[in-house]
Amino acid sequence: MTRPENTPDIVVIGGGNAALCAAITAAEAGARVLILEGAPKTYRGGNSRHTRNFRCMHDGPLGPLVESYSEEEYLADLMKVTGGKTDEGLARLAIRTSEECLPWLEAHGVRFQPSLSGTLSLARTNAFFLGGGKSLVNAYYRTAEALGVQVEYEAKVTHLELNEDRIDFLDYTQGGKSHRLAPKSVVVASGGFQADVDWLARAWGPAAKNFLIRGTPYNRGVVLADLLEQGIEQVGDPTQCHAVAIDGRAPKFDGGIVTRLDCVPFSIVVNKDGQRFYDEGEDVWPKRYAIWGRLVAAQPDQVGYVIIDAKSLNLFMPSVFPPIKADTLEELAEMMGLPADALLQTISDFNAACGNPSDFHPTELDGVSTQGLTPPKTNWARAITEPPFYGYSLRTGVTFTYLGLKVDERAQCSIGNRPVSNLWAAGETMAGSILGQGYLAGFGMTIGTVFGRIAGREAAAHAN
Amino acid sequence: MQTDFLNEARRQAEICNACRYCEGYCSVFPALHAERAFSDGDLTQLANLCHNCRGCYYACQYTAPHEFDLNLPQALANVRQESWEDLAFPRAAGKAFQKNGVMIAAAAVLGFALLFWLASILKPVSGEGFYAVLSHNAMVAIFLPAFLFPLLSIGISLRRYWHRVGAQPLEMVHLARAFRQAANMKNLKGGHGDGCNFEDEDRFTHARRAAHQAVMYGFLLCFASTSVATVMHYVLGMPAPYGIISAPKLLGLSGGLLLVLGCVEMIRLKLKSDRQLGANKAFGGEIAFIGLLGFVGLSGLVLYALGQTSMMPVLLALHLGSVLAFFVLTPFTKMAHGFYRIAALAVDASR
Ligand SMILES: Cc1cc2nc3c(=O)[nH]c(=O)nc-3n(C[C@H](O)[C@H](O)[C@H](O)COP(=O)(O)OP(=O)(O)OC[C@H]3O[C@@H](n4cnc5c(N)ncnc54)[C@H](O)[C@@H]3O)c2cc1C
Ligand code: SF4
Ligand code: SF4
Repeated sequence: MTRPENTPDIVVIGGGNAALCAAITAAEAGARVLILEGAPKTYRGGNSRHTRNFRCMHDGPLGPLVESYSEEEYLADLMKVTGGKTDEGLARLAIRTSEECLPWLEAHGVRFQPSLSGTLSLARTNAFFLGGGKSLVNAYYRTAEALGVQVEYEAKVTHLELNEDRIDFLDYTQGGKSHRLAPKSVVVASGGFQADVDWLARAWGPAAKNFLIRGTPYNRGVVLADLLEQGIEQVGDPTQCHAVAIDGRAPKFDGGIVTRLDCVPFSIVVNKDGQRFYDEGEDVWPKRYAIWGRLVAAQPDQVGYVIIDAKSLNLFMPSVFPPIKADTLEELAEMMGLPADALLQTISDFNAACGNPSDFHPTELDGVSTQGLTPPKTNWARAITEPPFYGYSLRTGVTFTYLGLKVDERAQCSIGNRPVSNLWAAGETMAGSILGQGYLAGFGMTIGTVFGRIAGREAAAHAN
Repeated sequence: MQTDFLNEARRQAEICNACRYCEGYCSVFPALHAERAFSDGDLTQLANLCHNCRGCYYACQYTAPHEFDLNLPQALANVRQESWEDLAFPRAAGKAFQKNGVMIAAAAVLGFALLFWLASILKPVSGEGFYAVLSHNAMVAIFLPAFLFPLLSIGISLRRYWHRVGAQPLEMVHLARAFRQAANMKNLKGGHGDGCNFEDEDRFTHARRAAHQAVMYGFLLCFASTSVATVMHYVLGMPAPYGIISAPKLLGLSGGLLLVLGCVEMIRLKLKSDRQLGANKAFGGEIAFIGLLGFVGLSGLVLYALGQTSMMPVLLALHLGSVLAFFVLTPFTKMAHGFYRIAALAVDASR
């Protein structure tokens, strides 16, 4: 095929962190790069614009990070959350490379919070972006454009044409028109498929229709499906995703960080029948935050209800929507649409099982637990007695899916057991190669940055 | 104050409080995070801590078309603008002048006219230099009240401010900290030192801080020049005119130049900036006020250059007229923001 003058050497599909890291790296290696971002400019940056931090290994104090965080400790943390379901080779590569990424981020315009207030104490392991992920994305777009990277917005890639073991061309639509390009190299960084609720429902069952999508509505897995159908090697289980319990009133898409609720440890959580179903006091919230997504997903109608009383209201991060408030529990039950009798019974059983709360300590596992109750509440168990009473509804909020493209340590995709000579993948779309299940806060950006840079470097080497 | 502006700011502040990504851009966020609910006074204080750098807007994942529709710089600018109107003394003057470029221009014209008129009827029989046009005593008679009234007015407004935001009695350490922050415009550097997002979407630049510094220090130098001249006149018995190598002239020349350059740059930046991120209805008034301030500096410089020519009486009236308008308008225009900013920083330091 002849290559018209303006055909870029490399097309990067997607416009989030992984895509930008790849594009910048490739452009710095001298390649002519085009980014095709499916979203309009105001929504560019995919899920990356909702992020907050980056988990980073370091030998000593590094940038905003204090003390040190070794490869072994990082890996052990990953092993814990994934239950060992990870490719250790790729995981170590991501972890080890994260250390050189932090100065790289800074050199490309990303700025970090000096230190962190609030409830999370991750100052040793996670570097927080000043202004969050959108400011990171903005900085990268500025850097990329200064390097001559071209960006097309509202450019949705629909198909990559695979011929034997190379991509011959790719199709995208923009403004109702179809375009075909034949770049030398292609980097896929178009995220997971979580915004395609039908696909979620095929994997999860109809319950998934009730899930909320925390991030961008543009990650619909179009390119992922197209490549998998053509036999590109897949990794991960379609039912595995990162899901948390968020405010039930959150928007269907793009609610982002503010819809999280940190009140569960100080509450009881019931289902729509007014019954408790899990130990709310199992662990401090950031660690246990993620499991509640699945717990709520398993309840009728995929909803949960958090009940607290006045003495707990100020113990957690402010919520974006105000809680439902009532002077009596009967009234609260009615306002929340819960069966009052069942809820009152659940609460009186719970209250009766609460012992002496004098050791109550909101920021550590205090061992203040219920006696003889199933399920128990093993920490922060205090009777719910002090009006006014407050309630929140909970729903499952999906962060991203793990089914994706299998890559090697050069971020290259494969078909059968041979590499596709000009196709690389980075970020969420290949994260399942490392994250078999579970999630480690800040690891999504680590994977995107490390593999984005590798993909950019390899794609440029192939094109040059 | 308009409750819809307050309620809109409250709605947005609550979203920011659940998000906290912008912690670190400026003093607004730590102050915001200290609360769970926001009274009208809290919002007034937050609004006066904000200096419209727009860092938080471009970092926000919830700006329109997102349904949360965040635009914190604008929400706070509206509250701030309204608070100045509302706290002004006399209140009616605040309402009239705060947002209205036409009123500002009218006041300036009136100032000129008054000066011309006085000059014609009070023309001194003797006197040197400028005093040959307007006697020294006439100048004092006009400018002393024009200087004292704004001070009184602002004093009353600041008391009202203190009361509204529910602040503690003023302590010197807090005031000192506020002045330190204002002196180097720490907040205008952005939390990272890269500057602010005023002129070109999400690009960080130091242009606004530089322009702001030029205006502030230019103004202070001009003020110092006048003050020194006053001391020389009354205490040292050395009346004007002064030679070029004198303190009043050196201070006035450098100050005037800085002031003019700063104002020109300020207007350029304002015209480039996205109006939807500021208090929309104040835009014209702010431009007019910066124009007036720049004209004070420019007419002073021109007066200096052409002071020996026959144009002098006209130039003198123009210059003094604009100075007069500037002083009288100070409590009701953008100029008041400096006083409120210091107050807000001092209140913040005390918490
Ligand atoms: C609310 C929230 C908070 C999070 N917080 C953190 C955190 O603090 N730290 C962390 O490490 N991770 C966090 N994550 C996870 C993190 O967002 C992801 O791991 C990471 O952003 C993935 O980056 P990416 O570049 O692979 O995908 P994305 O940033 O999602 O980018 C995918 C891009 O592909 C584009 N696209 C999709 N389909 C097409 C198509 N067909 N054609 C063209 N373009 C297309 C999209 O528009 C988008 O720009 C969070 C996620 C969410 C939702
Ligand atoms: S402006 Fe937006 S990103 Fe910044 S704190 Fe507020 S909600 Fe969060
Ligand atoms: S516009 Fe600037 S000063 Fe105002 S709140 Fe936002 S970041 Fe702070």
